[in-house]
Amino acid sequence: MTERTRPRSPHVQIYRPQLTSVLSFTHRLSGIALSVGGVILVVWLLLAAAGGSAFGGLNAALGSWFGRLLLFLWTFALFFHLCNGIRHLFWDAVLGFELANIYRSGWLVVVASTVLTVLTWVIAMSMPGVA
Amino acid sequence: MAGSDDRAVLRRARGLGSAKSGVRHWWWQRVTAVALVPLTVWMLVLLLATAGEGRRALMVWLGNPAVSVLTVMFVVMMAWHMVLGLTVIAEDYLHHEGVKFAAITLIQVGGVIVGVAGVISVLWLALGGTQ
Repeated sequence: MTERTRPRSPHVQIYRPQLTSVLSFTHRLSGIALSVGGVILVVWLLLAAAGGSAFGGLNAALGSWFGRLLLFLWTFALFFHLCNGIRHLFWDAVLGFELANIYRSGWLVVVASTVLTVLTWVIAMSMPGVA
Repeated sequence: MAGSDDRAVLRRARGLGSAKSGVRHWWWQRVTAVALVPLTVWMLVLLLATAGEGRRALMVWLGNPAVSVLTVMFVVMMAWHMVLGLTVIAEDYLHHEGVKFAAITLIQVGGVIVGVAGVISVLWLALGGTQ
């Protein structure tokens, strides 16, 4: 049997990105990022419990500029996934599922997660021994 | 005729549609999501409170039973939610049956390891840790 290249129907990449599709995709992407962050959080707890010098090593790595950049991105991913997750829970209850409201809550998620991320880092940097 | 209809209704009521496993996955994803809304905020507070303070501060905080209970709850719900979310992503984007099976198995085993390691670490620190 010969392999034939069949015509394919248009897929997501030919559509102009919209807030709805971008947020939907970002929800999954942030979920994957947070899974990695969750594993690192548990490793951090495990090393703290083990009590060796490796805990200090991980803290030093997380405290470096690159570590802090990752932590900042994880904080944003966390607040985005949290806010957008709440948006999904409202939809599950068939609330706010009209197009105008979907856009309104979408922008609210973008603004809220940005504000919460900045606020968290302002608090974090003001903690003794951090900045 | 009436008999088969009744059976169909019963199966639907039990959550067993043509997919056989019903809405259990969807339902637990929502239950863990709702639980994670307050628990995530809690975890962030704990991380901010102990940021830059080292493991001594972490042990003092976790030494409070209410704190360790909430933290254990966070770890369990996080690991569970992570497995459910990553499983859906694997189901959607991995089309080779063998690869999909391997990925989902890895996600589930990994989730159990993350959950168990997290819970034991928190309890270890709560109960005095390695001196």
